[in-house]
Amino acid sequence: MNLHAMQRDFRRWLTAADVPAARRLAGADRAGLEVYQNNYRVQLVGCLETTYPHVRTYIGDAAFHRAAVHHVTRHPPRAWTLDAYGAGFERTLRALWPDNPDVHELAWLEWAQATAFVARDTVPLDPARLAAVDWDRARLDFAPSLHLARLTTNAADVWSALQAGAVGPDPAPAAALLPEPKGVAVWRRGFVTRLRVLDPLAYDALVLARAQRNLAAPCAMLVERLGDDDGVARAGALLADWIGSELLVRVSASRQP
Amino acid sequence: MPAHFPPPVFAGYGLGLRREHYRDFLETRVPVDFVEVISENFMVAGGQPLDILRRVRERHPVALHGVSMSVGSADGLRGDYLKRLKALVDAVDPLYVSDHLSWSRTGRFNAHDLLPLPWTDEALDVVCANIHRAQDTLGRAMLFENPSSYLAFAEALMPEWEFVARMCERTGCGLLLDVNNVYVSAANHGFDPFAYLDGIPAGRVRQIHLAGHSQGNGLLVDTHDQNVPDGVWSLYAHALTRCGSVATMIERDADIPPLADLLAELDVARQLGAAPALKEAA
Repeated sequence: MNLHAMQRDFRRWLTAADVPAARRLAGADRAGLEVYQNNYRVQLVGCLETTYPHVRTYIGDAAFHRAAVHHVTRHPPRAWTLDAYGAGFERTLRALWPDNPDVHELAWLEWAQATAFVARDTVPLDPARLAAVDWDRARLDFAPSLHLARLTTNAADVWSALQAGAVGPDPAPAAALLPEPKGVAVWRRGFVTRLRVLDPLAYDALVLARAQRNLAAPCAMLVERLGDDDGVARAGALLADWIGSELLVRVSASRQP
Repeated sequence: MPAHFPPPVFAGYGLGLRREHYRDFLETRVPVDFVEVISENFMVAGGQPLDILRRVRERHPVALHGVSMSVGSADGLRGDYLKRLKALVDAVDPLYVSDHLSWSRTGRFNAHDLLPLPWTDEALDVVCANIHRAQDTLGRAMLFENPSSYLAFAEALMPEWEFVARMCERTGCGLLLDVNNVYVSAANHGFDPFAYLDGIPAGRVRQIHLAGHSQGNGLLVDTHDQNVPDGVWSLYAHALTRCGSVATMIERDADIPPLADLLAELDVARQLGAAPALKEAA
């Protein structure tokens, strides 16, 4: 057997416990192959446990283990870094528990924070250098760690309670649908990841500003919804918050004429 | 003719840097001569891990130890991986850069484990080609570690130590000798661990790992979650007579004890390294 064929057989054994592949690799003595298969599965399940500690606490060890094994069986790792293996676990949870958006949204929050934690570093904006900015024409760049999503449940409250140590007799709040969806922003300020729930207007403005890379688009949206004076005032307040929270990390002259 | 040659010998004693001990290393003067970090944990865009590594590097020489190069992969190495590793090497200026004599990737699948190679001429050609590419990309010689193994292939044409010797000869790479892994593989496959130590090119060894293992179902398993056992210390004493004093460290990956416990284990290595028998052999 050449090296390519051996490595393909090993993959079949690890991912699917393929018996003919095992026979070609090791004959009748499978003790060694069992060690490798156990290591493979334990490592991947352990990775999911490390990446999603609050989901695990929230749904319980047994349910989490079932979901993790389901994911490992269907999604062999492809990235060179094990840290990437947590990507897509939210979709597995969605497939297993389609009627539990609180679980999917909690998983989204944990994955967003895991990726924000090692996102590219940025330097806070210097307010003194912003005085001369033409905000109507400026190009805005937001933190590379920023993740935005719309939540339909109280998953952010659940996350906060679990982060504060809610377990056992002092459990996280019960799952609940929100009266209306809210936005959530996850990003990193310095070395600390942040999570903030946003009212729908603030969320829409941030989504627009990041997509259009300017202040004009969110400002127009706010004026349309709130009127001239209130809309402009709200845009100014949001801009100040984006700068102070280090959501906005770069302001430069627009390349457009 | 190899384009690279093993880096100079660094005779010191170190520890693997683990998250549980970050605070110790950042806030106190830990009595080690170097630390080793897992390369992939720091091959990231930014954030606290890189800041911690930068601050630790200000205090100690750092060895980079990888687990994902997959130098035995018949599909070759990943260019994006090498590019990221090169960036880290350039940023850290490490004492050594090492990975394992194993494979983990085939096609788009990555097992994230140190899988065994058959000791064949074909595997040697693949390993050497991949090492050449890695060393040329990094612009320096690497060290490769002998992994523990739980499977021996019927196709093997030579013992592992002969494969290792030929790999060093053809590529100019150095060796990271994991004494525990020799112990584990010898027990699992029934070879003499002292013959292994006598068979490898001792002059290529630049770093030594000391660790513990567990008894599995009929096999020893390289769990790195135990103290270094007596049998591994005995092998280490023999390795010292062959290799001389090289960078030696305790490698603990699970059930991480307090730092003081690991430093006490490291002191045992120091005492063996200072033993009269070693001085006579040197």
